[in-house]
Amino acid sequence: MTAVKFYQTGTFTVGNRLLAPEQRSVQASTERNNSLNSGHRACQGCGEALGARYAVDAAMRATSGQLIAANATGCLEVFSTPYPETSWQLPWIHSLFGNAAAVGTGIAAALKVKGRDRGEKPVRVIAQGGDGGTTDIGFGCLSGMFERNDDVLYICYDNEAYMNTGVQRSSATPPAARTATTQALGREPGAVFGQGKNLPLIAMAHEIPYVATATVADLHDLEAKVERAMAIRGARYLHILVPCPLGWGAASHDTIRLARLARESGLFPVFEAQHGEITAVQKIRHRVPVADYLKPQKRFAHLFAHGGQAGHPEMLARIQADADKNIRRFGLIDAAQEA
Amino acid sequence: MPPVEAATRPGGHREQIEGSVAVARAVALARPEVICAYPISPQTHIVEGLGALVKSGQLTPCEFINVESEFAAMSVAIGASAAGARAYTATASQGLLFMAEAVYNASGLGLPIVMTVANRAIGAPINIWNDHSDSMSQRDCGWIQLFAENNQEALDLHLQAFKLAEELSLPVMVCMDGFILTHAYEPVNLPDQAEVDAFLPPYVPRQVLDPAEPVSIGAMVGPEAFMEVRYLAHARQLQALERIPQIADEFAQRFGRRSGGLVRAYRCDDAATIVVALGSVLGTLKDTVDALRDEGQKIGVLGIHSFRPFPLAAVREALAGAQRVVVLEKSFSVGLGGVVSTDVRLALSGLHLHGHTVVAGLGGRAITQASLARMLHEAVAGTLPPLSFLDLDWRIVNRQLEREAAQRRSGPIAENLLRDLGSMPAVRGADQSERAERRAAPKPARVPSGGRPTDPSDEGLP
Ligand SMILES: Cc1ncc(C[n+]2csc(CCOP(=O)(O)OP(=O)(O)O)c2C)c(N)n1
Ligand code: SF4
Repeated sequence: MTAVKFYQTGTFTVGNRLLAPEQRSVQASTERNNSLNSGHRACQGCGEALGARYAVDAAMRATSGQLIAANATGCLEVFSTPYPETSWQLPWIHSLFGNAAAVGTGIAAALKVKGRDRGEKPVRVIAQGGDGGTTDIGFGCLSGMFERNDDVLYICYDNEAYMNTGVQRSSATPPAARTATTQALGREPGAVFGQGKNLPLIAMAHEIPYVATATVADLHDLEAKVERAMAIRGARYLHILVPCPLGWGAASHDTIRLARLARESGLFPVFEAQHGEITAVQKIRHRVPVADYLKPQKRFAHLFAHGGQAGHPEMLARIQADADKNIRRFGLIDAAQEA
Repeated sequence: MPPVEAATRPGGHREQIEGSVAVARAVALARPEVICAYPISPQTHIVEGLGALVKSGQLTPCEFINVESEFAAMSVAIGASAAGARAYTATASQGLLFMAEAVYNASGLGLPIVMTVANRAIGAPINIWNDHSDSMSQRDCGWIQLFAENNQEALDLHLQAFKLAEELSLPVMVCMDGFILTHAYEPVNLPDQAEVDAFLPPYVPRQVLDPAEPVSIGAMVGPEAFMEVRYLAHARQLQALERIPQIADEFAQRFGRRSGGLVRAYRCDDAATIVVALGSVLGTLKDTVDALRDEGQKIGVLGIHSFRPFPLAAVREALAGAQRVVVLEKSFSVGLGGVVSTDVRLALSGLHLHGHTVVAGLGGRAITQASLARMLHEAVAGTLPPLSFLDLDWRIVNRQLEREAAQRRSGPIAENLLRDLGSMPAVRGADQSERAERRAAPKPARVPSGGRPTDPSDEGLP
């Protein structure tokens, strides 16, 4: 196995020096699978590559390497398999943009009929895609997979736009964000308020056994959720926030920080749910105003006064209100702490 | 319809059943491991039958998955096939178009999925009856396309399809005429399980999604290799051109009857005029030709059973001795003419034959022996235009064209036609004199009778 250099992800994440040695990250260990091996062509600081590496590796550990992955079209697929090379160290299939969940269903069915999903070394399935492949074009197949409770863990790497085709909006693009199809023009520049889909909540409405959200800011949490998901049979959904330096107009070294700020501002609630009920919520540790999260990203630059431009304080206030609503709705801050 | 060659065969038994049931039973005999489908007429009875077989425990081990769309059905089949399971689905018409993206993907990935297409017209206007527009729209998708003439052949072709698909790592579509075959009760010979098992070995893929030997399937391929990959798809179809007749021979030896193959000629040996067709209309054509032979006309029929790969050499050989070729087809390339004709013309390039395309039976319009006989008489007399439409109602067409010429504005054509039908009650039930009058009525100059005008230099098939 090749020597592995990957991300330096900071003290809050994998290299958490405050943890006991046995709990510490295995990020640089040569023991780990490196299911998504180095040498792929993701941008520097790509949150999706980071998220996928940890999620798939955790799933590999949870299944003792007995894992098959289906992948939707998108950055993850394109940067990892430039023919004749591949970064995938596990059986992996890419079919189309909109069908990763259904391909996962087919694989799971094949394993079931051959009796390989049980026994001593059960083979398990994950399906993965970007937010576009998940919330938009692949939504029908995903909902079908949930409804049938097929034994697949679906992982959505949410970078909040269609990055692979040049940063166009998806139904997971947040309000006010500038993308190539929600330009920073007009009275309310960027993506429209009140549009978009909250897929974790929609997944919960299917009452599937397990739904969780996570970010690449807390890879321990991410890995733990993947392990929990793999211990369950049936349809499971994991939604991971993966900042995209290119699409967000952010610095490559800010990927982890932005993911953390998304959570700490309340804009991206991190929680778990079983059979439609929320069972755990990751509390905000150091609450920050949404501006702290938005400001380092060029996709929100029009919200802030700069270079003689006035900015849009009223839009900023609406985003803050959204974050506040999340904090109330998901109980992201303890009442005591809040007071 | 002449009966399929006698049931002089070792095992199996004869039953009078619906075409869909026959296909469901044949597919079950092939021991598929994953079946998924989405309902659409006239395919429904096939998958309902299979669903019942799986649910009752008669077909096991098998996973039957009810999915939310045809796109998902083909996607599930892709996943299942890539993971090493024998996968089957069935669809028709809008369903086939809805799954089109995944149809191309299945062949690109070399997955030997077998799919029944219960051929049906494509809307709008919505129409559930038979023609071949659906499978012809997927002509270039890289699947093998076999066309069944009758229910026995439909049954037999499914068994051959799995064998062919898995040997060549190519998906196979078995096309059977919707309703005409799927809903017709005919006696069929059903083989024994043991016979089928001896003919069709289990699916053993060369490469499969397996943690023991991880592979990446479906990588992004750039300009440096894409052409090669596409050529290889063609090369595999060329191999199929050889394997299809061999498998048909093997099938005939084992089961005592011939089904499929590339093409099958009927009374073509001394024929001056040969009609080329696919699917169930071959039966009607053979009866018509028998009648014309009794009149002394030297006419034969060439049935195409493998539309993809297209058997250029076999078609050329079968037609080379004729003077005139009529391609009778139930599909239509709008703005050009026939779909199959284009391929037949390619097969005949350089040969100087009179060639005609006759588009017939679209949306289930009945193809009667009387109309076929009339059309063939015109062909023999040299008065049949290069492109014509069997039993097209010119009154409806002309009235609409006049309306459009008078008022250049967009409007719902389908509804207009229906309104016309309502105001012309005689049209559908026209008596013979009216029909004759309609045929004789001069067509407006600006309405081509179909395709190019008859021009002597244009007579030879290009
Ligand atoms: C049917 C179809 N429509 C459009 C595309 C083009 N396309 C490829 S990837 C992509 C966007 C992917 O976005 P997302 O799923 O969010 O993943 P990301 O690239 O952001 O990781 C699009 C639109 C396609 N491949 N297939
Ligand atoms: S565009 Fe974004 S998601 Fe795609 S590889 Fe670059 S950083 Fe990753």
